[in-house]
Amino acid sequence: MQSRRDFVRLCTMAAAAIGLGPAAAERFLEAAERGKKPSVIWLQFQECTGCTESLLRTSHPAVDDLILDLISLDYHETLFAAAGHQAEAALKTAMRENAGKYVLVVEGAIPTKENGIYCMIGGRTALEIVNDVAAHAGAIIAIGSCASWGGVASADPNPTGASGVHEVLKGKTVVNIPGCPSNPYNFLGVVLQYATYGTLPALDDQGRPKFAYGQTVHEHCPRRAHFDAGRFAEKFGDEGHRNGYCLYKIGCKGPVTYANCSVQHFGEVDNAWPIGLGHPCYGCTEKGVAFTLALHDTVEIKRPMPPDTYAPIHAPQGGISPIATGVAGAVLGGLAGAGYVASKKLGGDEPRDKTPATTPARSEA
Amino acid sequence: MGISRRAALKGMIIGGGVAAGMRPAKAAVLPTPPVDAVGLLYDATLCIGCKTCEVACNEANGLPADTANSPAALYHKPVDLSAKAKTVIKLYREGDEQSFFKAQCMHCVDPACASACMLGALQKREHGIVTYKADLCVGCRYCEVACPFNVPKFEFAKVAPKVVKCELCADRLAVGKEPACTTVCPRKAVIYGTRTDLLKEAHRRLAAEPKKYVPKVYGETDGGGTQVLYLSHVAFEKLGLPTLGEEPTPELARSIQHTVYKHFAAPAALYGVLGLAMWRNRRHPDESSR
Amino acid sequence: MNHRAEPVGGPLITPFTRAVLAVFGLGVLLIGWRLVAGLGATTALNDGYPLGLWIAFDVVTGTALACGGYAIALLVYIFNKGTYHPLVRPALLTSALGYSLAGVGVLLDVGRWWLIWKVPLYFWHWNFNSALLEVALCIMSYVFVLWIELSPAFLEKAQQSRAPALRHFANAVLPPLTKALPWVIALGILLPTMHQSSLGTLMLLAGPRLHPLWNTPIVPLLFLLGCIPMGYAAVVFESALSAKAFNRPAETEMLSAIGGIIVSLQVVWVVVRLADLAWRGNLGYLFEPTGRAFMTFVEFMLMLMPAAMLASKARRRDLGQLFRAAIVMMFAGGVYRFDVYLVAFTPGAHWSYFPSVPEMGITIGLIALEILAYVAIVKMFPILSGHSRTIERQAA
Repeated sequence: MQSRRDFVRLCTMAAAAIGLGPAAAERFLEAAERGKKPSVIWLQFQECTGCTESLLRTSHPAVDDLILDLISLDYHETLFAAAGHQAEAALKTAMRENAGKYVLVVEGAIPTKENGIYCMIGGRTALEIVNDVAAHAGAIIAIGSCASWGGVASADPNPTGASGVHEVLKGKTVVNIPGCPSNPYNFLGVVLQYATYGTLPALDDQGRPKFAYGQTVHEHCPRRAHFDAGRFAEKFGDEGHRNGYCLYKIGCKGPVTYANCSVQHFGEVDNAWPIGLGHPCYGCTEKGVAFTLALHDTVEIKRPMPPDTYAPIHAPQGGISPIATGVAGAVLGGLAGAGYVASKKLGGDEPRDKTPATTPARSEA
Repeated sequence: MGISRRAALKGMIIGGGVAAGMRPAKAAVLPTPPVDAVGLLYDATLCIGCKTCEVACNEANGLPADTANSPAALYHKPVDLSAKAKTVIKLYREGDEQSFFKAQCMHCVDPACASACMLGALQKREHGIVTYKADLCVGCRYCEVACPFNVPKFEFAKVAPKVVKCELCADRLAVGKEPACTTVCPRKAVIYGTRTDLLKEAHRRLAAEPKKYVPKVYGETDGGGTQVLYLSHVAFEKLGLPTLGEEPTPELARSIQHTVYKHFAAPAALYGVLGLAMWRNRRHPDESSR
Repeated sequence: MNHRAEPVGGPLITPFTRAVLAVFGLGVLLIGWRLVAGLGATTALNDGYPLGLWIAFDVVTGTALACGGYAIALLVYIFNKGTYHPLVRPALLTSALGYSLAGVGVLLDVGRWWLIWKVPLYFWHWNFNSALLEVALCIMSYVFVLWIELSPAFLEKAQQSRAPALRHFANAVLPPLTKALPWVIALGILLPTMHQSSLGTLMLLAGPRLHPLWNTPIVPLLFLLGCIPMGYAAVVFESALSAKAFNRPAETEMLSAIGGIIVSLQVVWVVVRLADLAWRGNLGYLFEPTGRAFMTFVEFMLMLMPAAMLASKARRRDLGQLFRAAIVMMFAGGVYRFDVYLVAFTPGAHWSYFPSVPEMGITIGLIALEILAYVAIVKMFPILSGHSRTIERQAA
């Protein structure tokens, strides 16, 4: 049991974690004290549970504070003590008691081929379950790349037809929080906003919250100065790599990956994210990048910015092609020669013709 | 009897004299900028070479990045004004001397490009800004020949090419915004205002810190005056700005054209002379000379 | 000698025309490529040198070489030297073809050619400060005038046509046309005077970016003084070649006299140019060890060579010598114009330009077209005077 003071501190921390001020903390407090913790139903399908694991490693707020004091986690297969029929009953109860208000969180992709038989829980396909639970959800959050667009499960040749939640639940607003795993603070931000204000954050055209996925890794990368200065690691372990230079040339997908990993690291450890550890970003949030593009192939920079080198006052431009000069020389030389030869044929006095020619001649042109 | 040699010679001398650019009374007066002329003041001593203006300009104009000089197309790296760069930051460095330089259209008071343009695609319009209308442009590139600052660039790479140059964000000005470059400059190295105000400010700076600057506002009278003004601590030629007198560069060619073709008098007169000569000659063809 | 103009006759397809057609065919392919792929892909033009081969040669030099009609018209109609009348039609033909193809050159050079019709028609947008506008309008009108001046040749042939409608048309049009012709010819002298000089004024707009060796207000005069001997030289060239090619007697007497005119005009040109350089205090540039000084020397040498080549009376009567001198003259005029448009232009030492192979290919293709058209028209229509030895032999 924690003291009220501790609880207030918790609410403040939670609010701060998602960038909200003291006013939000107050609202939290109110909601919690009224006993109205938002209900969260968490479904897991084709997934590795990495996103849950990632969430378990947060500290502000700590996940136990989260699930015990701030939200009501009414169904979560990994964290539940219950199993089997008891768990299913809990699900039904939660759905009934919080109809229209509960937050549905989906982790993992949903197989669609052959009526979705590739993932079955309690005798029902994932397809059925998600449609059933989503029908009365107040908000739907797809956590992780798998739930957002299919993730690793959907990698070529995608034998199960693994799909993201929004592709299965047509017409419903789904907040996608891609990442492999997703950054837990992105998830927390969305859930806490919904819990506090009942609203969802601004989403981009792929349903991702703009506060986390509005800019590419490249735009906020701590190694950006090296990119701009043209300092690159060419191979793993070379001097550039050891100096912490830009990893673009060994395949960093940062320029085409929308995520906030560069500013919000993982596992509560500083620099705990791929580039920080010396491996290029592989674009885990992006469909068409992760599990599609080769890990160490370079990507096109979509909107190049100036480097930190400068144009001189007079930069050499244009050019003289040696082939063209050669051709011109040949042509002019040829023409000059032809002109001279022709002139020789014209040379000498032409007899002024008043009589018919004595020699037959043909027109030459 | 045809035209005598004397008459012919006289005709040639007159014609030659006319064509020899007998200039009208030299315009010693500088061309007048429009009353509401606006422009930019770029103070090279304040510029830190961050190139945010380059980025903002490209974005405001919807221009793609100029990656021609960047292998693997990694950077927006114009080396000069180009069809994808309406402004460019250049660096002058020699020994201890160093200065940045922001290149863009000077919006001259008497622009050579506008003088050159056959149908007036390039013309000084509102606030004295030299803007471009593609539907009047045939792509002859005579404007590129004319500009003493090497400003207009042509989209040679495109099948439907246009002339590209800074237009002082005229469409932004129309809705009460400032040009993109001046809006984003973190040091206010380039600022926007009316030409009168900018000149005042420039002279104020020169007077307040004379040791900091070359004692001249480039563009005040150069080439007849420009609406984009420069202050610098190194000689302007070193920054690539040409040394021009007060006379606008299109003046010579224009005055020759106007003198010769004023009211079309000379051509009409010549036509009359020619017609007359031919009419007289028809009656007396001269076959005698051999 | 019979001065009546007659078609040369003979087959249009010969080994020579086949070869020239092949060159033109190549040119057509390159033109197609230029239209489809744009200027950047086919030419070496750049922002430092926006005007290149097609302007410097096809337009500026090409029209000067096509000043034969202008030069001969001056001689025959203004100075009233009727003996040179047989040279009028072939000179007009060369001019008409030369100017028309210069027009094609312009069409290919401008980047937004589909709007070129606006130049003559959008008169309310005309910028009278622009020397280029005047050149464009003048050249467009002059092409028109040239073909009208040449039309009697086509109408005369139409009078012999088997189609009665054509005969009636020709018979109806020819008399009033002949009557009005002097006024048309006068126009055909006025227009080139205007635009050939303005072609020089054009480059003055470059102002400080035109090198002092060429940067003078009398550049229009130098262009005008230069285009007339270039026209005469083209006439000598074409006349001598035609005579040989179509097996007709050459008009050596006339060409010799014209050679004399060329030489005089060239000497005047050199004197005027040198005097101007001296008067402006720019002679010093001539003696600097630079490429530009060298090119100026080349101009003077080429301009004075024909004087040396045609110094003696004997040499002046040698058709071969006349032909060579004419070539040198055309080259001299061309070098001066290339110098003004490309060499004198100083966008900055960091810029360079040399025409690309496709650029040169298209220029050569257009010249091939001109040759083909010339041969075809001369064979089908009454352009050349004098009689061919072939026809006489057949008549004998």
